[in-house]
Amino acid sequence: MATTLAKAADGAEAATHAARIEHVSKSFAGPAGQQLVLDDITLDVAPGEFVTLLGASGCGKSTLLNLVAGLDRPTAGTITTDGRPALMFQEHALFPWLTAGKNIELALRLRGVPKNERRGRAEELLELVRLKGAYGKRVHELSGGMRQRVALARALAQESSLLLMDEPFAALDAITRDVLHDELTRIWRETRLSVLFVTHNVREAVRLAQRVVLLSSRPGRIARQWTVGIPHPRRIEDTAVAELSVEITEELRGEIRRHGQH
Amino acid sequence: MASTETTAKDRDGGDLAGLEAGLDALETVQTGRRPLRQTLREKVLPPVVAVALVLAVWQALVSFGIVDDPTKLPSPGAVWDVLREAWLQGELLGYIWTSVSRGLLGFFFALLIGTPLGLLVARVKVIRAAIGPILSGLQSLPSVAWVPPAVIWLGLNNSMMYAVILLGAVPSIANGLVSGVSQVPPLFLRAGRTLGATGLKGTWHIVLPAALPGYVAGLKQGWAFSWRSLMAAEIIASFPDLGIGLGQLLENGRNASDMAMVFEAILLILTVGIAIDLLVFSPLERWVLRSRGLLVRS
Ligand SMILES: Nc1ncnc2c1ncn2[C@@H]1O[C@H](COP(=O)(O)OP(=O)(O)OP(=O)(O)O)[C@@H](O)[C@H]1O
Ligand SMILES: [Mg+2]
Repeated sequence: MATTLAKAADGAEAATHAARIEHVSKSFAGPAGQQLVLDDITLDVAPGEFVTLLGASGCGKSTLLNLVAGLDRPTAGTITTDGRPALMFQEHALFPWLTAGKNIELALRLRGVPKNERRGRAEELLELVRLKGAYGKRVHELSGGMRQRVALARALAQESSLLLMDEPFAALDAITRDVLHDELTRIWRETRLSVLFVTHNVREAVRLAQRVVLLSSRPGRIARQWTVGIPHPRRIEDTAVAELSVEITEELRGEIRRHGQH
Repeated sequence: MASTETTAKDRDGGDLAGLEAGLDALETVQTGRRPLRQTLREKVLPPVVAVALVLAVWQALVSFGIVDDPTKLPSPGAVWDVLREAWLQGELLGYIWTSVSRGLLGFFFALLIGTPLGLLVARVKVIRAAIGPILSGLQSLPSVAWVPPAVIWLGLNNSMMYAVILLGAVPSIANGLVSGVSQVPPLFLRAGRTLGATGLKGTWHIVLPAALPGYVAGLKQGWAFSWRSLMAAEIIASFPDLGIGLGQLLENGRNASDMAMVFEAILLILTVGIAIDLLVFSPLERWVLRSRGLLVRS
């Protein structure tokens, strides 16, 4: 299991980055003319790196992720990725007309995996997210946490070397979220994927990441970055996590306060 | 550090899996089938009682002489006798089959035309702008209106019947698909695109299945429209050579001033319409909605 996924990551190892975002700007047509949402963002994600993108609501995190996913085009600048990245949304985005297993198989099928291998691969992936018995379950029969795990398995089925996550756990209760943090960390370490994870929850960012990138708002610019050296496994209540969170929260508050000053 | 490492390891292994299993068990909803007795009491009994009440009122109207002209209102018994007679002479199934086979065949053609048409209107902007409004406007045109032109174009024959069915059902089927497609959540389209489902693949794997509830609703309405327009065509264009369907039966009853026969025909038309809906379209719709968790058991 881990080996097959690592293979995709090996391909990326030759490259120096899993995603390279260079001088990217994005504006949308708004009521008051062009509204600049992202301004000159330059950010690399190294192969196997876990980066969290942190920022206030509406600062352009989802916009940036959509650009990296190729769902939208930047107004200026370039984005290069190694193949098509996998993307996980805040809502599970599983297809309700398919079972959990068939959702994963659809991802495999669209990637060109032959029919006779799909079932086995889907079951391996479900096992990886510890949902062995969920193959035949319909989406509405699963709990919120289980849905996000199936969505994670479906994203992993793409075997892309970069996984983009847009606040995937924001709608879950605290305990389930904490469990999924552990799961994600375990899977990331097993598969050596690169992850770009968007959140507005500072603790979540610190608990998961090797590097935290803070975006300012209106327009979104990279305000500051922190390298997180805290060894894994981490807990949300660890003092080291708490201390760094306090520091980042202060910075984030400063960013938000700046907007009230004029 | 070493000690935290081991406890952390445990957490990562057995403990985390156990915690997760507990959460899953707590949050999973148990769904079971409704017991048969309850189904009978809640779903079967009420309509049976309603029909019985109608029959009772009908019988009362005749028995108490409130309506005492059998050419206006035949007794339920007289209608029953006509039905039994037709059954014993082996004609009843013939009437039903003539109409039902026309209806189903016509509906099948409507399906073949309406589905790609709906897909084109939903997916191609120019076509949508050009014929979208006409298509939804056509739905409000009673399909009986098509009978006279169809007779003039095609003459008194079966193709005229099929033409009328098509004109009645195709707009409903196409419109159902169009509204189904326009209600597909954009999230599904984006999720599909990140999985590589673009273009035709996207249509096949994402758009069509996501639009299925709307499509099935369109089919259901399309069937109701086909059946109605077929009956209208059979009544207006009744011609001995065409074989006797339920519409012709009704028309024959009127010509013979045989009210029991008229009632027989109306009853049969109603029963067949309801039966096809109950046997084909309602189960289809329920299955589609239930498999997506869109149907709440009441
Ligand atoms: N398609 C669009 N057209 C116009 N404006 C848009 C569009 N998409 C996003 N925006 C604007 O861009 C800004 C950033 O939106 P975005 O969704 O990226 O924020 P976010 O950081 O993900 O916020 P949140 O934390 O609430 O998810 C918002 O002000 C939003 O109104
Ligand atoms: Mg967002």
